[in-house]
Amino acid sequence: MTQLQLPIYLDHSATTPTDPRVVEAMIPYFTQSFGNAASRNHPFGWKAEEAVDYAREQVAKLINANPKEIIFTSGATEADNLGIKGVFEMYARKGNHIITCETEHSAVLDTCRALEKRGAEVTYLKVNGDGTINLEELKAAFTDKTILVCLMFANNEVGIIHPIKEIAAMAREHKALFMTDGTQAVGKVPVDVQELGIDIMAFTAHKLYGPKGVGALYVRRKNPRVKVTAQVDGGGHERGMRSGTLNVPGIVGFGKACEICMQEMESEAARLSKLRDKLETELLKIEESVVNGTVDSRLPHLSNISFKFVEGEGLMMGFNQEIGVSSGSACTSASLEPSYVLKAMGLDDELAHSSIRFSLGRNTTEEQIDYTIEKVSKAVQKMRDLSPLWEMHLDGIDISSIEWAEH
Amino acid sequence: MAYSKKVIDHYENPRNVGTLDKAKNNVGTGLVGAPECGDVMRLQIEVDDESGVIKDAKFKTFGCGSAIASSSLATEWLKGKSVDEALAIDNMEIVKELELPPVKIHCSVLAEDAIKAAINDYRVKNDLEPIKFEDSIVH
Ligand SMILES: Cc1ncc(COP(=O)(O)O)c(C=O)c1O
Ligand code: FES
Repeated sequence: MTQLQLPIYLDHSATTPTDPRVVEAMIPYFTQSFGNAASRNHPFGWKAEEAVDYAREQVAKLINANPKEIIFTSGATEADNLGIKGVFEMYARKGNHIITCETEHSAVLDTCRALEKRGAEVTYLKVNGDGTINLEELKAAFTDKTILVCLMFANNEVGIIHPIKEIAAMAREHKALFMTDGTQAVGKVPVDVQELGIDIMAFTAHKLYGPKGVGALYVRRKNPRVKVTAQVDGGGHERGMRSGTLNVPGIVGFGKACEICMQEMESEAARLSKLRDKLETELLKIEESVVNGTVDSRLPHLSNISFKFVEGEGLMMGFNQEIGVSSGSACTSASLEPSYVLKAMGLDDELAHSSIRFSLGRNTTEEQIDYTIEKVSKAVQKMRDLSPLWEMHLDGIDISSIEWAEH
Repeated sequence: MAYSKKVIDHYENPRNVGTLDKAKNNVGTGLVGAPECGDVMRLQIEVDDESGVIKDAKFKTFGCGSAIASSSLATEWLKGKSVDEALAIDNMEIVKELELPPVKIHCSVLAEDAIKAAINDYRVKNDLEPIKFEDSIVH
């Protein structure tokens, strides 16, 4: 048995390590084939262009798209901006109404808020306690001005997967485009833009074992042909939709990463969901701990758990030299606000503060999971011994009945 | 953000964790913060009736590592001080001792608030006027 290496990384929803096979594929494009893919008149340029074309095919294949439907960007944030702002501008004559959801990533929410200042009407759908949206509510939100429905494929904090096919069909029925932020899902679970009816999708390399700083926007070219207005002006790269010299090594790495995911996704998902279930089952044996978000439809490698009466950052400090996870606690954020996703799900603030997100990945082993179970369980116990709220709970005092001093 | 050695030390070996008997007349209890804000601190002092010196102090804290360290340190400082001396403890001294970064200053404010609340609880129990404090800066 190999010696357990510390620290253990269980924060793959934040970012993933670049797969060594990906790095290997990228290296020649720094020093040897360093050309500008837009240089049309010499072999340096041709070689770079060839590599980009190949990567475009690899990326397209993973989501069952046509390579011409892939626009490379600097990541999902830029792709979200391009998709939403690009549709808002391109379809301004048709309407100004966008439907999205309170639990979207800030790359979507802040983009929508920015557009509100420019005349957009935005409906932010509420979510149920388990993070799911209400399809009836979505249906009722459409107006004759609705141009876009933007709902994420899988949520980055709790991992729940929305019913994309139904939502896409509903958007189509109301003659609106359907965009999804596929950042957390692509490469982890099957995403087929044809079968699901997705018109626009943002995703990024660094969440699927590719390099940071490269992502893509999928934009449908047939049934219907979708167009977005460019948000970065310049030399007209990416068919005018995103100017800027292409990040050739990054794109090559993105392509390779997609190819590997295509081959390994199914077995990885099965392996990781088993490990995740073990972690979850064991941690739920700790009294007063609960899973956040529905367990019926979610990513295979993620679990978000609240340990009541202990605060997330304090808890993490008990093991964060050894295990890297993240928390919805306010103490971990500069704003001192707990996770808006958990709050939108109606969690008591106190529970939101107590949440820990575990996200597993390609290098996660059973040994690591066993170690994590033991460490986290001990840390929860230690924090509860320190917690005045736990003591009150044991004394049968209802914490919500206490009047806390004015803040 | 990395923690200072002192914060880690208090976190790993918190001093004076526990509960004093709230019902006793010479015990003052301060419970500050709120679960919604992510921090709740309970700090208690036990005052020697004869000398007016704080002979014991205990805490329990729901909060981040810096909040735990601030309250742990506060209990250390309180023991052996008179109530009046205790009143003079300023949160910035805690910040300095624990090398807290700016985003964690409010955790030390909470500790100062807890000390004051405990002292006032003690005063009220012993038929003294509660002291009026200026509102704390943060929260
Ligand atoms: C759902 C979601 N959208 C967008 C992003 C941003 O991706 P990027 O870092 O590539 O800009 C993230 C990652 O943090 C995410 O989880
Ligand atoms: S208690 Fe929240 S940041 Fe310290």
